[in-house]
Amino acid sequence: MQLQGKKIIALGERDGVQGSAIAECARSAGAEVVLETTYCFV
Amino acid sequence: MLLGTPNAESSRLYAMTVTEGDPSWAGALAGVTLGLPVYHVMEEPVKTQVAPEVYEEHVALMEMVLEAADIANAVQEVRTNSGQHA
Repeated sequence: MQLQGKKIIALGERDGVQGSAIAECARSAGAEVVLETTYCFV
Repeated sequence: MLLGTPNAESSRLYAMTVTEGDPSWAGALAGVTLGLPVYHVMEEPVKTQVAPEVYEEHVALMEMVLEAADIANAVQEVRTNSGQHA
């Protein structure tokens, strides 16, 4: 699986890894983030 | 699809929802087979592609407190079951 050049949806969760953090990781790997969100079930 | 879910159960639920369809049949994706490639951000195939300083700043702390191996196994199992490469 290669992230470089891929379009990514970052689906984060407050009690885990937040969407913004996933998006930063994906961008650093050369991916394009098309949607980032963080869910909270509390 | 990159997940940041906190445990194996939620990871499996999210992963199944975006591949085979909502397993709980409760939401709009019930029975909808999207077949999206899905990984958790802490899985090795993802981690190795992320810039180390970015991973360290944003994910490393949570990796220490979450059950990373169980989460990875859950998501990998869903990929395998949906016919994606592990």
